[in-house]
Amino acid sequence: MTNKLVLENLKHRPIRTILVVFAIAIQVNLMLTLVGMSYGMLNDFQKRSRGVGADIIVRPPNTSVLSMSAPSMKEAMVGYLREQPHIKSALGTTVHAMEGFLNSATGIDLKQFQAFSGGFTYKQGGPWTKNNELIVDEYYATQRKLSAGSTIKLLNRDWIVSGVVETGKMSRIFMPLDILQDLTGNTGKYSQLYLRVDDPKNADAIVEQLKSLPALKEFPIYSMESFTSLISIDNAPGLRPFLNVIVGLSVVVGFLVVFLSLYTAVLERTREIGILKSLGATPMFIIVLLFRETIALSIVGSIVGVLLSYATQWLIATLVPASLQMQIVYEWWPISMLVAIFASLVGALYPGFKAAKQDAIEALAYE
Amino acid sequence: MSKPPLIEIRDLKKTYRLGDVDVHALRGVNLSVADGEFLAIVGHSGSGKSTLFNILGGLTPATSGTIHLGGEDLLAMSDSDRTRMRRGTVGFVFQKYNLLPTLNAQDNIALAQELAGRNNMNEPWFKEILESLGLAHRLTHKPRAMSGGEQQRVAIARALINRPKILLADEPTGNLDTENSVAVLDILRKLNKQYGQTILMITHNPEAADFADRKVRMKDGHVLEPAGDIIEG
Ligand SMILES: Nc1ncnc2c1ncn2[C@@H]1O[C@H](COP(=O)(O)OP(=O)(O)OP(=O)(O)O)[C@@H](O)[C@H]1O
Ligand SMILES: [Mg+2]
Repeated sequence: MTNKLVLENLKHRPIRTILVVFAIAIQVNLMLTLVGMSYGMLNDFQKRSRGVGADIIVRPPNTSVLSMSAPSMKEAMVGYLREQPHIKSALGTTVHAMEGFLNSATGIDLKQFQAFSGGFTYKQGGPWTKNNELIVDEYYATQRKLSAGSTIKLLNRDWIVSGVVETGKMSRIFMPLDILQDLTGNTGKYSQLYLRVDDPKNADAIVEQLKSLPALKEFPIYSMESFTSLISIDNAPGLRPFLNVIVGLSVVVGFLVVFLSLYTAVLERTREIGILKSLGATPMFIIVLLFRETIALSIVGSIVGVLLSYATQWLIATLVPASLQMQIVYEWWPISMLVAIFASLVGALYPGFKAAKQDAIEALAYE
Repeated sequence: MSKPPLIEIRDLKKTYRLGDVDVHALRGVNLSVADGEFLAIVGHSGSGKSTLFNILGGLTPATSGTIHLGGEDLLAMSDSDRTRMRRGTVGFVFQKYNLLPTLNAQDNIALAQELAGRNNMNEPWFKEILESLGLAHRLTHKPRAMSGGEQQRVAIARALINRPKILLADEPTGNLDTENSVAVLDILRKLNKQYGQTILMITHNPEAADFADRKVRMKDGHVLEPAGDIIEG
């Protein structure tokens, strides 16, 4: 019967119920969207890293998986690595961070890149032939409305797009290696070295062998397998705090919405609370009744929020060309639901105690 | 009286504090009510009738005095004991019916029994009560779809579902027209005669008071007994 009372109370003020459900849904959707975008970004980075076709990756000293740092690996490293047993080929790149998270311009030597990873699939145009030309991927081209022959200003310089390539290999913007190095004051220096080995199955063993070389002591070396598996929220600089802030904000929003709504509901139900007390309801019963109402609202709101996240995903994909794809992250369904329930229950605390404390006689006299 | 009274009130006082002002609502009430009695309480507005009921029903504590309810010392009880007592021992009927507006008649009654942890809804005696209240066909209606008389009959059914020792009716006919008033009073009398239900009823209406076995009058926080020698108004 208490469940029915909760349900009837919710039905009694349908607009309020719908608004609260909607507010909680937005709160949940906000979390799911930002988490989904973060995962989408990481996933995309993962795919592009894999797309290079390398078996092992060597990064500059004092870097982690996703941190950017100045290119500091010398030309000689590439040759040195190439000479190690089991190493078939090596490719050095210089990465220059650009606006946007995990977005960067990568300097490559087209010939070496061709040999190393099979080269690009051109959708428009072709390789660069001049020093002021660059290559972009389809994603970036769509996002910036570029096509072969367009000009674009990057690093304080005008560039002409010589070709648009299929997305999924290494980077979104490619520039001639030496030009990028010179422009950024890193002549002859690399920020990422890719290796191919004779037998990819032995990649881990070869990584260990490389790590044991005194010359490579300081360098983080990963098999591509472990490198991509390390691409995660916790390794992305600033991402975890960002998500924490989002969760915190949505707790505040949920708290406020539920607090206001229940506060007015308790005032409105003063008389009913008095009736319940005259029937022998304990203060605890009154609080639990409101908590149940709150939990029901948050559960329905969370479900609507999950459904909304599919709508958001569709909207982003449809309205924003070449946007990062928002991933549906199932692990975050229960998390965001628990966050919503928690925020709502905190919001229900004060109205609940107010209701429980209400004097039965005064409540019954209330008009 | 050979049996001890069901309700035994001695020197009961209740003082409300309104800011700095003390309101002496009850100034030493003495009253005994026998098991199975139908008692009418009359008196001017503000004489303390409702206050007495609220204390009897455990809705508010007394300031001093003693109340024995079926042998138990009501005023010595803790808040939670009084709440428990309220569920099973006392049934309230109010002037304004006080049904929960969002629940239909049946659910209003069911909620009261659930709060008391009972399950009497389908007991033959309760079906009989519903039948005699003429509610059998009204159970799925919500309060706002019912007349005042019907709502009051639902409130009576709700007050009875837990088989309370005492039914406290505070101006049960105050909002009803004559026809419905008579119907409700008939029901109360029938409950009293047929089932031996102890009933205390507050009323302003002398004709309503005549339905009871005994009348007492309240004045300035005292109970005057017998009421017969004081003229109403
Ligand atoms: N909650 C309260 N706080 C303060 N004073 C109260 C409260 N309830 C009642 N009183 C006061 O106590 C006195 C008795 O009130 P009570 O309601 O018991 O009278 P009553 O006999 O039921 O009157 P009526 O016939 O109008 O219902 C009144 O002076 C009233 O103002
Ligand atoms: Mg009164």
